[in-house]
Amino acid sequence: MLDSLFDDVKRMNKRQFIYQVLSFGMIVSSALMIWKGLMVVTGSESPIVVVLSGSMEPAFHRGDLLFLTNYPDEPVRVGEIVVFKVEGRDIPIVHRVLKLHEKNNGTVKFLTKGDNNSVDDRGLYAQGQLWLTKKDVVGRTRGFLPYVGMVTIYMNEYPKFKFAVLACLAIYVLVHRE
Amino acid sequence: MNTVKVVVKNVPDYGASRERNDLGYLTFDLKTDLSNLFNWNVKQLFLYLTAEYVTPNNELNQVVLWDKIILRGENALLDFKNMNTKYYFWDDGNGLKGHNNVTLTLSWNIIPNAGLLPNIQAIGLHSFKFPTEYTQTRV
Repeated sequence: MLDSLFDDVKRMNKRQFIYQVLSFGMIVSSALMIWKGLMVVTGSESPIVVVLSGSMEPAFHRGDLLFLTNYPDEPVRVGEIVVFKVEGRDIPIVHRVLKLHEKNNGTVKFLTKGDNNSVDDRGLYAQGQLWLTKKDVVGRTRGFLPYVGMVTIYMNEYPKFKFAVLACLAIYVLVHRE
Repeated sequence: MNTVKVVVKNVPDYGASRERNDLGYLTFDLKTDLSNLFNWNVKQLFLYLTAEYVTPNNELNQVVLWDKIILRGENALLDFKNMNTKYYFWDDGNGLKGHNNVTLTLSWNIIPNAGLLPNIQAIGLHSFKFPTEYTQTRV
């Protein structure tokens, strides 16, 4: 099996090898383009997120995948599940809007809470921060796909697994001949 | 949907800014049958009762007073009498005293096994007034 794989490589000439490298680059760049394209379509800086905590159980569990949109003209309303960033925390939080006050000039402030938490999120916000505003929002949850995100959680927790998967894919693409 | 007892107080909100804000207090009746919302791709309903009102400070205020999670297979026939709210009804300022048009609506968020997450508002709403005087006694 392995021998035949490398036979393929040996039988390739320079041109064919470069062609394989290019098609590998094509795959990488189209993945990036899909991601960036989604960013444009959804208006969110991170259109797909993975749930990392159990604070929204039983709706979302760790490893579930969420699809976000963040259109500027769509107002935030109570009961929606928003993904927001808090200063001093790297990881965005997925929680539900509990209270909302909108001023006449269009500025909105709102408070969130996790379904599975007994108190609101003021303890999670930055020191002295009482409300979230529009600029904190990464997106609003629109779609839901369970379990799929576990793959990325494993990849982040076990970097060796990540490199193994990436190496396998790269070797497969480079060696495989159409 | 109905409100049973409506009272407004003016007390410092130590949870937030320590300023004195209006704190509404109410109990409500709720009767609804949501069992026809469930199908194979509805894992959970997130029910919430929203108070919506306008104040001189804010052109839109929305405060969730109560919520409930109903999983598929659980009883979706609800009949609550004289329920207390789950969350405090703090206003952003002092806009609740004598407010004569606070609207209560019931909405739900459908969580599927996989798919879209729509937020839907129930048909029917209830409006109520707050008293024009602050209550001094404990409620």
